[in-house]
Amino acid sequence: MQRKRTKVRASSPGVETVVVMRLYISGNAPNSMRAIANLEAICQEYLKDAYKLEVVDVFEQPARALADGILVTPSLAKMAPTPVASIVGNLSDRSSVLLALGIDGKDR
Amino acid sequence: MSEPRPAQLQPLPKIPTGIQGFDAVSRGGLPRSRATLVMSGPGSGKTVFSLQTLVNAVRWRRERGIFVAFEESARQIRENAAAFDWGLSGLPESKLFFLDAHLSPTVVQSGHFDLTGMLAILKAKKETMGARWIVFDGIDVLLALLRDPVAEMREIYRVRDWLANNELTAIITAKLDGRAPAVAHYDFMQFMVDCAIRFERRLEHGTSVHRLQMMKYRGSDFAAGEFPLRIGTSGMQVTGPAPAEIKHAASTERVSAGFERLDSMLSGGLFRGSSTLITGAPGTPKTTLAGKFAERACGRGELALFVSFDEGADAIVRNLSSVGIDLKAHVDSGLLRMYSGRTEANSPDEHLMTLESLLREHRPGCMVIDPLSALAKSGSLGAARAVAGRLVDMAKDNGVTVVITSLLAGDSPEAEATELQISTVADTWLHLSYLVRSGERNRALTIVKARGTRHSNQVRELTLSAAGPTLTDVYTLGGEVLMGTSRWEKEREAKVREMQHRADFEHKRRELQFAEGDARARIAALELDLQRKRAELASYSKDNEAHSLSSIERDSELLKLRGADPPAPGATAAVPYPGKPRGANGSGNSGGKKARREARDAT
Repeated sequence: MQRKRTKVRASSPGVETVVVMRLYISGNAPNSMRAIANLEAICQEYLKDAYKLEVVDVFEQPARALADGILVTPSLAKMAPTPVASIVGNLSDRSSVLLALGIDGKDR
Repeated sequence: MSEPRPAQLQPLPKIPTGIQGFDAVSRGGLPRSRATLVMSGPGSGKTVFSLQTLVNAVRWRRERGIFVAFEESARQIRENAAAFDWGLSGLPESKLFFLDAHLSPTVVQSGHFDLTGMLAILKAKKETMGARWIVFDGIDVLLALLRDPVAEMREIYRVRDWLANNELTAIITAKLDGRAPAVAHYDFMQFMVDCAIRFERRLEHGTSVHRLQMMKYRGSDFAAGEFPLRIGTSGMQVTGPAPAEIKHAASTERVSAGFERLDSMLSGGLFRGSSTLITGAPGTPKTTLAGKFAERACGRGELALFVSFDEGADAIVRNLSSVGIDLKAHVDSGLLRMYSGRTEANSPDEHLMTLESLLREHRPGCMVIDPLSALAKSGSLGAARAVAGRLVDMAKDNGVTVVITSLLAGDSPEAEATELQISTVADTWLHLSYLVRSGERNRALTIVKARGTRHSNQVRELTLSAAGPTLTDVYTLGGEVLMGTSRWEKEREAKVREMQHRADFEHKRRELQFAEGDARARIAALELDLQRKRAELASYSKDNEAHSLSSIERDSELLKLRGADPPAPGATAAVPYPGKPRGANGSGNSGGKKARREARDAT
């Protein structure tokens, strides 16, 4: 925890560290739509432009989702910086999302 | 249901699961392209049932399937299933695909999710591999994360609709807590699916019993009630319902009950495929008789199965060899299969299933169960009775001639009813008892019953020797049966009497022979005498003739010498030789005599 916090602190003021994420959704299922909205809000608020987000529609790329080990949708995978994390759900619980992504909410 | 089609009027197509006994309970297997719900408590066989069905479908029906593992990781399931002889490791992923739906504990949950993505993935997978089966093992584990009963129900309905649209035969498993679903709102799942099965493992009289029950089966009948099940090395095995109608073929062929004297007591032996009960107190040679029966069967080249409870197979082989019963050779040749079970280790049901699989594997013609009464030691008596009855049934179904021993103290025939009430089912009932008399304990064998067989009503003494068991006629003396040394003494007495009798006879015979010989000798001597007398007589008469001839000649010579006149014809009548001419014939002796006297006087 301690380690995580220092890292984020070091990256937050500048724009050096880019958060790489991938969001798996299933078409326009309500939970998926909500997840996109929730994630966009979080990114705008905390990451500005320091993120890269790829949205994968499982309906369109099921084989890829299977290869990536995706079970339920929506599902968010944080690939960088380490540690990697995965979050399932429509991301409505913002604090747990921030924690998993390694973003300190107070850094706003 | 909303759009009835003619096809729906046809009987529900079913797919056999290949699980021993289950297809009989469900009357054909699981419904094709429908969902089956399997509910059970922990460790009751949900996963085994669903995976075994899937593996059977892949291996024997050449169908393909997907196993979605929510509860354990796919690797764990594969490892667990490696203990079964299914050859799971040899099945390629293209035929049996495991989807690890086990959410890692590091996954963070934030808000609601749904299964649309997973179902989309599964649909794609199903289409690429052409799967016809799908198993959702422990779907409740994932859905419980939603922490919202309404959301959980919505997802389950989503799964059901998905299954209906994809023509998949599905097995969904869920946990049970006691008799109710672990999660109260999962009750509805039973109404949602077309077929529901419940597994239960509980304790009865300190023994674990494992049962299967069909809860519902839309559009089909099924065997109601609980059925014992067992999980062995080939997976799950269910003891299906026994058919209500008994259809055992009755053979008239006789097989040896073990040794000649017993066979002759039973008019030739036991009927093939019949059941025989041997009861007796401890120490009466029940096992020996059973062992002899098995040895005889193997000696004929038949396969035999010797099931013993609470006594090791090696010990039995050793003990029986002391009375001349050699089972070892038959064990080595593979004709005889020995199985020793520990009664307390399993419930009677499980023992029954073990025997069932042994029968299936070894296919014996003759079987021994020694002793069946041991079954009553584990679990309830009611269960043991049911098992004992089914065991006899099972043997008959398979045409196996079975000899069952049962421990039974006491020796009065009226009290000879076994605890397991097997005596009514058995076709032949031999009872072994002790007879204590004059400081001895001897063994007696009685035939209590032998259906369809004229049998001896006599109590026989059973003796054991290095040459094996045999029966001896008993002596009755003053209304009491003599056995052991009393019998031996009696036998000896009889033998002595017999010897005496024989000696007497011999003596008399010789005496008469002598008398006969004597008489013959005397007859011979008399005959000799007779002949001598005859000879004497003959020689005497010859002598006499010669003499009379010569005297006539001499008379005429004398007359000539004296110059006497020839006898005058007139005087012929006066002379004392009227018959002289006849004297030459040897008659007229008197004349001759006179002449001789005269001649003598003359000289």
